[in-house]
Amino acid sequence: MPIMTISATIRSDATRRTADTWRRQTSLRRFYTALGIGLLLVAMCTAMWFADEANAGHFFDRLPHILDFLSWLVPKDWNDVWRALFDIASPHDKGSQEFNFPLGRVYLWRGFYLPEYFELMLTTLNVALVSTFIGFVFAVPFSFIAARNLTPSPVLRLVVKRFMELLRAFPEIVIAGLFAAILSTGPVAAIIAIGLHSIGALGKLFYEINENIDMRAEEGLRAVGANWFERMRFAALPQVLPNFTSYTLLRIEINVRISTIIGAVGGGGIGEELKLSISRGFGAKTLALVLLLFTTIFLVDQFSAWLRRKLVGEQAFMMGA
Amino acid sequence: MTADEMQSIEERFPHVFRRPLYKRFGPLVLFAGILLYLVYTLWFFSLPQVLRESHWERLPLFLTQWISYDLQPEFRLDQPQITPKYPRFSALGEDPHPDWVITSANGSYTILIDGRAKSVTFDKTEAMLVANGQTVPVSLASGKPVISGLVPDWITAHDDEIVARMGFAGEVRITVDRVKVRKRFLGWANFVFDTRSPFFGKSPGEVVSLLMSGPQLKPGTSNITLAADNIWYNAQWQHGDVWTKLFQTIVMAFLGTLLGGIVAFPLAFFAARNITPSGVISQVLKRFFDFMRSVDMLIWALFFTRAFGPGPLAGSAAIFFTEIGTLGKVYSEGLENIDDKPREGIQSTGANGLLVQRYGVLPEVIPVFISQTLYQWESNTRGATIIGAVGAGGIGLKLWEAMRTNSNWANVFYMVLLVLLVVFIFDNISNFLRRRLSRTIHDYNRIQAEQG
Repeated sequence: MPIMTISATIRSDATRRTADTWRRQTSLRRFYTALGIGLLLVAMCTAMWFADEANAGHFFDRLPHILDFLSWLVPKDWNDVWRALFDIASPHDKGSQEFNFPLGRVYLWRGFYLPEYFELMLTTLNVALVSTFIGFVFAVPFSFIAARNLTPSPVLRLVVKRFMELLRAFPEIVIAGLFAAILSTGPVAAIIAIGLHSIGALGKLFYEINENIDMRAEEGLRAVGANWFERMRFAALPQVLPNFTSYTLLRIEINVRISTIIGAVGGGGIGEELKLSISRGFGAKTLALVLLLFTTIFLVDQFSAWLRRKLVGEQAFMMGA
Repeated sequence: MTADEMQSIEERFPHVFRRPLYKRFGPLVLFAGILLYLVYTLWFFSLPQVLRESHWERLPLFLTQWISYDLQPEFRLDQPQITPKYPRFSALGEDPHPDWVITSANGSYTILIDGRAKSVTFDKTEAMLVANGQTVPVSLASGKPVISGLVPDWITAHDDEIVARMGFAGEVRITVDRVKVRKRFLGWANFVFDTRSPFFGKSPGEVVSLLMSGPQLKPGTSNITLAADNIWYNAQWQHGDVWTKLFQTIVMAFLGTLLGGIVAFPLAFFAARNITPSGVISQVLKRFFDFMRSVDMLIWALFFTRAFGPGPLAGSAAIFFTEIGTLGKVYSEGLENIDDKPREGIQSTGANGLLVQRYGVLPEVIPVFISQTLYQWESNTRGATIIGAVGAGGIGLKLWEAMRTNSNWANVFYMVLLVLLVVFIFDNISNFLRRRLSRTIHDYNRIQAEQG
């Protein structure tokens, strides 16, 4: 139908009024959308200007030198990257720290050794795994107490919820720093810091899952006189365990990243070594470390994604929505 | 229930009663594996040794320092007259005369550590320690501090020094030529005005009346400007610096997430399997997202700190690069989960590619995208605190520096409170916005379900 005839058919006043209202509402909504985007852009430009002002070096001054900065990364001999990774002596070793690769080998049995960087990566991974375990163990009972539909007491629920919020928001580096001063060792302090944070983070996700369970199983158990622990164990837990596991796997991915960062500020492990290596400009060592860290994180992510897909299907990838 | 019935139930539900071996023992094996792993980590981190060598006595000390401060005056006895000496930059300012130091007519001093019940009174020849209901005289005449009689357990008598510990309130150290007192106060000293400020030591009422109608304390500047300036540049608490750094952290998270979203948005359309014009581009982009994510925020932060110098620019760039990967992945997964019918509808009208995306895809995914971006923003606000500490600017670096000296725990606590406040506010903003959005998503799904 040609456009002319359509407009000609809009005859009655009521139809025209509806069309007008619709047009007005649309243009108003477009105006608000444009206004919102405009404000966001203004905020973004202001933020960029502010970040540039406050920085030690400015963006446009430094931009032409970005490639100079990368030039130190290129090693004189590319084979040094492998040598650094596997602790094999380099022909360039003149006693400086840049090429002392065999130092720091961890001998396992006779001539078999674990290269230093693998040992450091293992430390970081172990920190992440143990802290996730701590998080899981405490978050499960907390999440049952904090769920609106399962809680044994509303007062306790509020206390636990606030406590978990505090754990989640508390900056990890402060806890890590505090315990590093007490234990005089980095990795254990990092475990405590990341573990405490994981309790809060997992606990929140867990209790939100708990609030969406099917309550009929719980009612059935209540009818036969089961106590709170039995109801949680046999009615709630089987429903939520796959999702709990999925979120815990996701947490492992996040914790590996956090534990490298905490490592760089005194938690030990690969983060500390990487920070030293970059700040001193050791090209081969930095590339070896980045390669190892990148591969590990990539593998952990892929493995966890595979396991999560097996556990809960595609649903595992709708995070945050 | 008879045995026959039981048997028939068993036969009807073999998947419940005769489960395969790996299913029956799977959880047990998993549990044992985790247990073994934990034992291994005990050894790996040499936990028993770490615990043996730990200094747990420092924990209450640090924690009390979060919310209290101490003053450490020293009283010289080897001068003609006993003279009190306060450390430079002490919280009392220059020339202090605190009311807990009492001088009597005969030249002796009394220091009230916690009222009269915990105090020390001394002249050049004798000191009197009072605490826990006991009074212990210390003679200083013989060239050594000597306690005649039984030494109570709150006092440690060394060869040339007597140390009296009075709990939280403080301690007294006595030698022949000086008495050293440490008195602890609850609260934060000089939180508003430092000792150099003309407003220092005035009661809140006095300060308010000065601000309202007092004579100008510094000619040429109004009192309100002066007070604001004094607070901002408070030497001990560095309010100005702390707040600026806090704002830098917020800006880092905001800028990094927003830029990441802007770059990831168009890329996600090319990466989504159902929308992309070519499968190769999709695979390349997806591996690119994985790469950006796997390089890790720490590595980006260290690199950009070296490239741009320390500061929020480096932090924003690090979050930006990581976020391209994360948001790109999340966006493209969101796009792959859309309902294809609206798209087909728009396509059937002969609209071009861009218009199909605009009217067939965007209305469905925009709420999900915004919700996920807000979620990342919220988590980056927390993350920006940590990467700041490696030199990427913001409050993280300041926190770490204050902590590394192990002496300024009150400042650390102040900054922690500010970070908690910011995280709390941003969590609530983001939760509020996401709740409103999820209502939109919910409505959309409901309408779709109703229409079949």
